[in-house]
This record gives sequence, structure tokens and C-alpha cells, in this order.
Amino acid sequence: METMNTESKGVEMRDPVCGMTVGPGALKVDGYQELGFCSEHCRRGFLADPERYVDIVGEDAEPAGEPTTDYPSKTPSGRGESKGTVHLAVEGMTCASCVSTVESALAAVPGVIDARVNFASNTAMVDTALDVPASVLTAAVASSGYQAREIEGENADTTDAERVASEHRYRLLMRKFWFAGVVSLPVIYFSYPEIFPGVPEKGSTALWWIWVAMGIITIPVLAWSGSQFFTGAWGALRHRSANMHTLIATGISAAWLYSTVAVLFPGFFPDEMLRDVFYDVTAVVTALVVLGMALELKARARTSEAMKKLIGLQAKTARVIRGGVEADIPVEEVVVGDVVVVRPGEKIPVDGEVISGSSAVDESMVTGEPIPVEKTEGTPVIGATINRTGSFRFRATRVGRDTMLAQIIRMVRDAQGSKAPIQRTVDKVSGYFVPAVLIVAVLTFMTWYTFGPSPALVYAVITMVTVLVIACPCALGLATPTSLMVGIGKGAENGILIRSGDALETAHRIDTVVLDKTGTVTRGKPSLTDISAFEGHTEDGVLRLAASAEKGSEHPLGEAIVRAALDLGLGLSDPDQFSAVPGHGIEARVDDRQVVLGTLKLMADRGIAAGPAESRLESLAEQGKTAVVVAVDGELAGVVAVADTLKEDSVEAIARLHRLGLEVVMLTGDNHRTAKAIGDKVGIDRVMAEVLPDEKATQIKLLQAEGKVVAMVGDGINDAPALAQADVGLAMGTGTDVAMESGDVTLIKGSLTGVATAIELSKATMRNIHQNLVGAFAYNTLGIPIAAGLLYPAFGILLSPLIAGAAMAFSSVTVVTNANRLRRFTPTHPEEVT
Amino acid sequence: MDVVLVNLAGLGLITLIVWYFWLSKPVGTAAAVTSAGVQEAFIVVRDGYRPDTIRVTAGRPVRLVFNRQESDPCSELVVLDAFGVSAVLPQGGNVPLEFTPTEAGSYEFACPMGMLRGKVVAE
Repeated sequence: METMNTESKGVEMRDPVCGMTVGPGALKVDGYQELGFCSEHCRRGFLADPERYVDIVGEDAEPAGEPTTDYPSKTPSGRGESKGTVHLAVEGMTCASCVSTVESALAAVPGVIDARVNFASNTAMVDTALDVPASVLTAAVASSGYQAREIEGENADTTDAERVASEHRYRLLMRKFWFAGVVSLPVIYFSYPEIFPGVPEKGSTALWWIWVAMGIITIPVLAWSGSQFFTGAWGALRHRSANMHTLIATGISAAWLYSTVAVLFPGFFPDEMLRDVFYDVTAVVTALVVLGMALELKARARTSEAMKKLIGLQAKTARVIRGGVEADIPVEEVVVGDVVVVRPGEKIPVDGEVISGSSAVDESMVTGEPIPVEKTEGTPVIGATINRTGSFRFRATRVGRDTMLAQIIRMVRDAQGSKAPIQRTVDKVSGYFVPAVLIVAVLTFMTWYTFGPSPALVYAVITMVTVLVIACPCALGLATPTSLMVGIGKGAENGILIRSGDALETAHRIDTVVLDKTGTVTRGKPSLTDISAFEGHTEDGVLRLAASAEKGSEHPLGEAIVRAALDLGLGLSDPDQFSAVPGHGIEARVDDRQVVLGTLKLMADRGIAAGPAESRLESLAEQGKTAVVVAVDGELAGVVAVADTLKEDSVEAIARLHRLGLEVVMLTGDNHRTAKAIGDKVGIDRVMAEVLPDEKATQIKLLQAEGKVVAMVGDGINDAPALAQADVGLAMGTGTDVAMESGDVTLIKGSLTGVATAIELSKATMRNIHQNLVGAFAYNTLGIPIAAGLLYPAFGILLSPLIAGAAMAFSSVTVVTNANRLRRFTPTHPEEVT
Repeated sequence: MDVVLVNLAGLGLITLIVWYFWLSKPVGTAAAVTSAGVQEAFIVVRDGYRPDTIRVTAGRPVRLVFNRQESDPCSELVVLDAFGVSAVLPQGGNVPLEFTPTEAGSYEFACPMGMLRGKVVAE
């Protein structure tokens, strides 16, 4: 193993904030020349609290020659989470002694604190100091004679393994079902002599032998088809808890035991009528519930389909240029700084920035944006998106677990595992549910035994078994998580990342949406909107002179004018004697002509008669535009106006929000007139103008004080406090630069339409959860009393345990199927709005 | 006579159910402390969490390492709601869940349905 430290190599260094390896071109901070940052985000994070990170760097850099920093591989630890735990899949271990061999090989690697190998699962968990890359660990395992590879939280392999396991379980359940089903047929036949012909008379020796046979063939039904009920019930019982398995196991074994006692020890029952068997209950209920479990498994696999799709998006290989040679390498081996080649039709393997070539890239799988995005030199590209038209090369900026897709997958997974507040209520109920059902079953038995008609014992046993079998805690428990899973997955498909069940649930109660004007409603970048020329001048002429004068200006207004002139292909001249008049405008000589650009006051100061421009300026200001007068050689030449332009879908998106019955508020630092002009144009209900950036959160608080449930939409960088104050904060991303951490909901595509879609999705999901919960509660609250025989005294209605078994099996399937309906969710189509 | 006996037996059974599932308290297992100062406990997931009660010291980081040894999909996710953390448990893999209970108390971890439950008791 070669050893080299950062200093001696001098090219690559580690971003102290995120731990990523960065190249020489990395962002810098004054006073810390030895540090480099992968992104503006990390640089800002460092500036916020330098001491926190400097220590880490110091520790790392000190022991020169440590064999740890040379590897430009992904570091095992992310942003400070789990002080570096690497999971490895280890192959080739055949005995328990292999475990200690591998463990000591791993423990010998410098920087490893602890290594634990699990023989059963063929995995190793290695706790490391900050900077031991997985490749060093796998090499150490290889040197001890085994093979290892890193398991990264969520990759295609683990989902494949899960899929195989789930498929295997499904087939096993179906085999158990078929066995129990086939046994059920003769058992049912001989259990109903009053329906089926040819069954020997009750009390006959022939029937007794048939009963013995039924008792024997239902043993494997219990022991094999129903084995999971017993192991599950026992497992739960040891933890002082009870679940569906407890109920079913108790029910089917009670029926079998009663029948068997009646067959083997008829003397136990003095009354002839009591000598009856219920082997059909055992066989049929087992068959039905196992079938229900199999169907539920199938349906549940579909609930996580969106997640599997996301994971499946990851590219497997990348074509990189190393040492001047193009080579296909596994995507895991791509490092930051690699130059990657992408041809038409290929998948972009990791995140990066185009360095040569151009193309259109289909980013719909990540952002939900259906129209391909143009990529040229300098534009960022997202891993897992598909290159359509041209070839290009890009430099990898984020790899492994740092890529946008990896972050999305993590976020969706975490959100799917979170709880909606509504479920906390359900949890309280479900904690008491099964023991309560057990108590109800005992009470039912007692009541029928005491007050029931003859044969009381038979009625008591049957009603008790029916109560046990019909109660379905699964329907109750599955109601919320399955809908949440489908809903959040569906969001991800549409470029909407919902952080948690909390956010999803709150979003459906929103009645007010606050939009930060800049970057949300408008592009946040002014552009030229109007030019008018006065006598003796042409519009192009005015623009060319104004743009030439502004050339090199850093003022947004000047930049907009220059950009517009360049777009029109006007050749610009270099200005002489440029001078700025702060707050009023500029003066310069262009092509030997004196150009003055600015306010009316500047014109007056220079003695230029600008009277004719006044009404024009007035009307432009009313439209929310910023207008300036252009004078050439002491004479009025024209007026140019710039304005922050609306995003093309703002109007449509706000109309959709209105259609959802929401009040739309716009927040801006602009003056009232400008703000109102823009607000009117897009259909804003209420404008809050002249709001300073640090007052945004206060404005949200005021709205909340009015009793509103407020959603705040912002770019996630400058609006963080307001986003946090709002009941739901929606951060709008643009390109790869998504501030995913700042909002409850992240809209990957920087478009307002996502806001309406997110709220629609939240409403649809909550509606689905409510349907599920109402269904599950209604089923249990009606089913259990009916099974207990509540309708018997008045109507003579008593439920058969067989029907109870069928109802139980299909109630949970119904819940999951209903949740899967959410997969058909589509956002309201724009056309429906107009 | 037998009616009285059956009803007495029934009441006894109900008392047993109430006591066993709701009133009795398990003792729990104390978490081990690693060299890095993390309180760590390994939990096998099969028909429930074993052990299902972990005793830890409040104010220090806790790492629960789950190893799911069954294919029942009920347990493929574990949620620690109080800290907003959750983890997908692939079969056979060790999956850590980390958090720091700053205050003493009992924090429940469970499957999303709330059928399998365990708790961390911070003292």
C-alpha cells in the first residue's frame, strides 16, 4: 500500500464540511488557503462556524504519512452522521472461524475503531475514524482471502435481493394456500351433512372414522400452512404483545382442539348435540387468511414501486477519460474531478458540469420536467438523466452518496418511513386492539355459555372463534403507512420531494400560499421590456448607444440592457470617460457622442429637456417596470425600461392555486406600485410590498396570527427563516442546486406549478388515508359485534367463522389496494384551468 | 354450577390478559458502550424485536443496530417516531439507527403499523 499525504500530492484536498474530495479549482475562503470547498453551500456552511471544521482538518493533516487521505474515493461518512460506519458484503466465509479472520483483517486497518462480522448475513460493519475509504477496507478483506464490497444504504442489488425474498415468500404462501385449500374441500363436504348428500349419519361409526381422518389431515394444515400464525403469536407473546397472528392462531387451534376432544373423548360431552367437529373452520380460515397474506404481499410490493424506479435510475457504468484513455468503469469508481464522456442516448452517470460539447438532456425522471433541457459548456448536469441529441464531456462534481439522485432516494426513503400525525392516534388504538379483542372473545364465550340456546357450549366456541377470526388489526395498521408510501413516492415521480408524513398531512390543511416574488413568480433577473425612440433616433440606435455606455456595468439594469443588445446582434462600442452618478444614472462617451442614461432628475441637472418622456416614464412605472431616459449629445433620444420578467407558467400556476380554494399572497421588497403591478398581472390576491428580507418570517407569523394555515414558497436559500416559520415550507430548486434541507417540501423543478401539484397530492393522499381508516374502523366496529352475535337475539343472525375468515383476509387487501389507487394520481392539467 | 365455574375462569383469563399485556413491565437490556462512547445495542428482528427494551443513559448517543431475520414484510421498516428517524431493514443486514435522547424517558420504536414494538428507556 503506497502512502502519501495531502501535502505531498498537493492537488486534491478534502472539503472540510462535507468530506468530499475536491480538486485544485475548488472554492476558497480568505485566510484558509489550504482549504477547498465543493460548493457554495459548503463554503457558506464553513463561514458560519469555521472553528468547528478547522479542528477536523487539523486532526487529519497532522500525522504525515497516514495511509488514509490519499484515496480520492468517497468518504464513508456524510455530513457528520454516524461517525463513519461502512457496511460491507463479505463473500466466501464458510465457517465461524472465517468471521474472526475477517474481523482481525479489518481491525488491522489504520483508522478502524471496530469491526463486526455477521456470519448469518455475510456482512461486516466497520466503525472507522473519519477518513477510511471503503476501498481500503475491501482490500484488507481481500488480503485475508475473502471478497468484500461496500453496501451503500440503498442500491440496485439490495432491492433485487428484497424483490427475490418477497417473491420467494409469495410463492411459499401460495403453496401453503393451495395445500390448505385442497384439504378444505373434503373437510367442508363432510362437515355439512344437511347440505351435501352421501355423508354418513351423525353418530355412525363411519362418520366417526371420517372425523378422525379430518382431524389428521388438518394437522399439517395447522403445522405447515398455518405455521407463521403460531411462530408469530409466540414471538409476540414473549414480547408481551399480541397481533393478528395471536388472534388467528387462537381461533384455528380452538376450533381444532374442540373438535378433537369431541372425536376422541366424546364422554367429555354428556349432551349428544355437543359432539360435533369444526375442522372446516381450521382448514378454511387458514387457507383464506394465508391467501389474503399472499395477495397483500403482492399489493404491498406495488406501494414501493416509485422508490424502486428511483433506485433503478442509477447508471451502472461510466465512460471516463483517465490518462488520456477512454474507459468504461463501474459508476461506483467515478471520483470527483473525473472527465466523463456521454454520447447520445446514454445515461449521465453522476452529477457534474459540462466542459465541452452540447446536447439536450431529458431530466424528466428526476425533475418531472418533460421538456429536454439544453446543456452547453458550464451548465450543470444531473446524474441518472438521459442525454438525447449530442455528445459532450463533463467534469464529475458529485458522486456516490452525494449525487442528487442519491440524496433524493435518501429523502424519499426517510419520508416514507416517517409517521403522519394521524397515525399517532391510530397507534394508540392499535396498541390496545388485539388484547381487547381477546377480552371480547372471552366475554362472548361467557355470555353464550351462560345465556345462549342449547347446545350452549357449541355456540360459545363458535362465536368466540368468529370474534377472534374477524378482527383485523392489519387493516387498521396498514391504512396510513401504505397510503403515505404511495403518496410520497408519487410526489418524487413528479419532482416533488415531501420530507415527512407531517409535511404531507399539514399541506392538505393549507389555506394561504405565500410566494416570494423574486425567483418564484419572476425569474429574479431583470430583462429589457420596452424601448421607445424620440425624433431623429431609431430604437436599435438608442439601444446600441445605451448598451455601449453600460458595457461593463455591474448594475442589473445595465446588464439587462447589454444582454438585450447582444441578443439583437447589435455591435457594441467601448465607452470612454465612463462615470456613474450614484442613484441617478451614468454618463459616457460612445463613438464620440455624449450619452447620458438615467432619471429625470439627472436630465434636469445636465440641462436636458426631457419633458416629452415624462408621461412615458409614468405609464411604465405603473406597469411595475424600471425605466430610464437616454439622452445623446444633450438631446432626448429615447426611453428604455427593464423589468423582472414573469416565469411563463406563473399565471397558470396561480390560477391552479385559486382553483384549489387557496388565497395567494405575494411577498416582495419592491415598492407598492411595482409589486401591485406584478401582482395584478399574475392574479395575486394580496400583495405584501416593501418587506425587508429579515421581515419575511414576521409577515408569515402575522398571517398565522390571523388563523391562516400558511405555506411559504421560496428559493430555500434566502428564505430559510420564513420557510421554517410557515406551516409548510416549499423550497424551489433550479437545476442541480437544490436546497433540499431547507424546506418541508422541495420542488426540484423551479416552477410554481409544483406548488399546486404538491397540495393536490397532499389532499389526495389524506383523502385516501381517511378512506382507509374509516373503512378499517367501520369494518372492525361492525364486524366484531356481529361476530359476537349481537344480532342474534333480535334477528337470529349469526356469522359463520368461515365468512369471518374471508372478511378478515380481504379487509387488509382492500386497504392496500385502495392505497395503490393513489398511484393513478395525476396533477390537474393546465388546460383544465383556463 | 359449571356456568359459575366457566364464568369465573373467563374472568380470570381476562385479568390475566390485562395484566400480561398492559400492566406488567419487562426489565430490559442495558446497551453496551463502545470505545467511541456510543451506547450500542443489537436487536434481532424476528416475530418482534429481541431485546425489545433497551436501557440507556440519557444525554449520550445511542446506536440501535437492527438485524432482520425474517421475510415478513411487516418488519421491513423500523420507525423511532420521537426522533424522526427510520430505517429500511433488508433481510440479514445490520442497519444502525442513531439518535441521542437528551431527556430521560421512554421512547418507542415500532414497525410502521405499530404491531411490533420496542422501547428505549433513557435514565
